[in-house]
Amino acid sequence: MSSGKAYFGRRVGLSASHRLHCDALSLEENRAVYGKCNNPHGHGHNYVVEVLVGGTVNPETGMVVNLAALDEALRTKVLERFDHTNLNLDPLFLNQAPTTENLCRVVFELLKDAMPAGELECVRVEETENNFFEYYGE
Amino acid sequence: MIFLTRRATFSASHYYWNDAWTEEENEQVFGRCANRNGHGHNYTLEVTVAGEPDPVTGFVVDLKWLKDVMERDVLADFDHRHLNLELPEFAAGKLIPTTENIAIAAWKRLEGAVNGAGGARLSRVRVYETPEIFAEFRGGA
Repeated sequence: MSSGKAYFGRRVGLSASHRLHCDALSLEENRAVYGKCNNPHGHGHNYVVEVLVGGTVNPETGMVVNLAALDEALRTKVLERFDHTNLNLDPLFLNQAPTTENLCRVVFELLKDAMPAGELECVRVEETENNFFEYYGE
Repeated sequence: MIFLTRRATFSASHYYWNDAWTEEENEQVFGRCANRNGHGHNYTLEVTVAGEPDPVTGFVVDLKWLKDVMERDVLADFDHRHLNLELPEFAAGKLIPTTENIAIAAWKRLEGAVNGAGGARLSRVRVYETPEIFAEFRGGA
């Protein structure tokens, strides 16, 4: 019907805990910067990860990307790694605080070469209903 | 530039099937969506237009006008219909009514009226098949 680029989006839930803390800052500075999120015992969120895949619509399937194949990439690269875990303990967060900004970038990097079709356009991570973060790869 | 979005919902049935393939191939690629008895969704159509607010009204477009255009050009034909059987874009196996193709079809139906009105331009059409699955089209030949 059209050779123009179209986009396919998928949202999945992910529950994890984290503590926002930067080793380069003092305890007082950490408390001042991160507030409640600096609680040493951590806390958790039901995150929503939204991926947007761009590409031409395959004329045989009508799809930019097959949902089942995209789900498989999401499952193996993101959900199995982060769901029901403590994000601070993941090696990718050894040298950076697991803020949702950083989680967003990390998820983009984990997924960008794993797309079964099309190209990863954007990763959006919603930390709560009222805040979200987006990363377009640059 | 202001981007203004209006949402509307429609309910429709569809199935995914490529006539050029065997039954096994269709089932392998499309899974449960290949059930030729069809299944249905509550879709959400999200239409975004871009433009500058009118200095007199403060509107990018009149939202009531946009609602009427969406109703006339898309919802009147799509709502409570079987997409494979009742829409010219998809009938007789012409095109598979995936969410991607529904977004493109809605764009093509809206483009003339929105861009022809002389103010805002159609910027994005997004179609949610479920709250977790959506496709969008931003134009292009």
